[in-house]
Amino acid sequence: MRVDLRLIADMVATGSRVLDIGCGDGALIADLEARRGCDARGLEIDMRLTSEAIARGLSVVQGDADSDLAHFPDDAFDYVVLSRTLQAVARPREVLAQMLRIGRRAVVSFPNFGHWPVRLHLLRHGRMPMTRAWSRQWYETPNIHPCTIRDFFVLCGGEGYVIETWLAADDMGNPMRGRRVGWANLLAEQGVFLLRRAG
Amino acid sequence: MSETVHFADGLALDCGQTLPDLDVAYRTYGRLSPAADNAVLVCHALTGDQYVAEPHAATGRPGWWQALVGPGKVIDTERYFVICANVLGGCMGSTGPTSRRPDGRVWGMEFPPITIRDMVRAQEKLVRHLGIERLFAVIGGSMGGMQALAWATTFPERVFAAVPIATASYHSAQNIAFHEVGRQAIFADPDFMGGDYAAAGKVPERGLAVARMAAHITYVSEQALTRKFGRKLRATDVRDISLFGDTFEVESYLRHQGSSFVRRFDANAYLTITRAMDLFDLAAEHDGDLTRAFAGSRTRFCVISFSSDWLFPTGQSRAIARALNQAAANVSFVEISTDKGHDAFLLEEPDFHAALRGFLAGCAAHWRRETA
Repeated sequence: MRVDLRLIADMVATGSRVLDIGCGDGALIADLEARRGCDARGLEIDMRLTSEAIARGLSVVQGDADSDLAHFPDDAFDYVVLSRTLQAVARPREVLAQMLRIGRRAVVSFPNFGHWPVRLHLLRHGRMPMTRAWSRQWYETPNIHPCTIRDFFVLCGGEGYVIETWLAADDMGNPMRGRRVGWANLLAEQGVFLLRRAG
Repeated sequence: MSETVHFADGLALDCGQTLPDLDVAYRTYGRLSPAADNAVLVCHALTGDQYVAEPHAATGRPGWWQALVGPGKVIDTERYFVICANVLGGCMGSTGPTSRRPDGRVWGMEFPPITIRDMVRAQEKLVRHLGIERLFAVIGGSMGGMQALAWATTFPERVFAAVPIATASYHSAQNIAFHEVGRQAIFADPDFMGGDYAAAGKVPERGLAVARMAAHITYVSEQALTRKFGRKLRATDVRDISLFGDTFEVESYLRHQGSSFVRRFDANAYLTITRAMDLFDLAAEHDGDLTRAFAGSRTRFCVISFSSDWLFPTGQSRAIARALNQAAANVSFVEISTDKGHDAFLLEEPDFHAALRGFLAGCAAHWRRETA
């Protein structure tokens, strides 16, 4: 399992109901079911990955974060997870709102566009960054809504979401020390956030 | 050979009439476990029957789902006790228009209108007769998928897992229209005799064959027809082409489909079953709200559609999956990419087979955990 998924799994309480949006082949939900006794489900847009996940005995619906979340009832899950997918959806703000409607908490991870190699690439070459995380040309990348860790703080503040915990991680998914947003925004390859609704 | 169980207490139907007695013809494969916890009910489609995993008793052709059902196969008969019953209204041994009434006359066109739920109630009597309290899974494609949905909503506590494949929660106007073309073809055949053809020793072969030909077009995709036949001509020389003969390969194929169908199927049964499909509307049974049909369901669902199926397009399966999500039910849904059309559910489709095999294995693990 990807190391960043391990970070997410550690934020999820044992025995909870979880929806993983963009679950891929279902590695995270399989782990949550096996190790934490969760009732974990997935949403995945790709047919091959969906059928692979179903073939692993997991409950996965082929669908789209932008259009299918509206069909889940309020508070259907304890956690709704979106790992490294926020930057690829058409309407990130609405997807977040849906996540915190159908789930009591949301776990969101995304590649940090404020990471220093990204900044350096743009500064040195004056072109859209091409790094390990941002590896596709601007005209064919699925990552149409890149954001920085600081951007995400601002969005959560504006939407009134409570950040229960967050951590910065390097490109291997190993959590980094230090709690300062500015440093994390420069040094972290990705951010992982646990959110809940205010009140 | 097929077995038949007779229920002398008959069956009360949705239409308000009661069948005075009921026969259910069925086949089973594999062995029922001592705890009776490994039973899989396979539901057949419009023109299918109970010969799911063995050569057909009448035609000798391979079972209609022999690719999936058998030892070591997707629906593994070494593990599961597989049951398949001829539907109520059918013509392979279960009570239907070819059966006799208590007074000895054949039902014919006077057979009462039945619903998908009536078919399921007849199967439920069989399942109880076999000593099975809870089915591990109900699986079916097309009309069989409608039955799987009807099972999960009529007897929710008795279905652990349901797999509706290439189906819909209601029969669309387009589907009803195609059925009506088939029915009118049967009515227009002079040998139909107002439905009393059996008494006159006749068979409305032409009408039934045309109905089958029209329906068969809806079972395949344009790409599949093009790949198989294209514009290939039967005649090699243009001078051999006649205006109304078998000019194109695709015509010859359809005529063969029609003529072989009439040898194994009854026209009144075709009318009865197509009508039952037309009447199917699961939401309508729950005040127009499909979500309510699934409210509180603990059944695990796996909804599967095929990308080139234009008879039961993916949107209709997605609507089922969304209603199940709305009801907070446990659901998997996948659209399998294929160019084979509606019939893909009967054919070699590795992604479909892998998904179904894995879904059943996952359900078996959950079932063990739940009953442990």
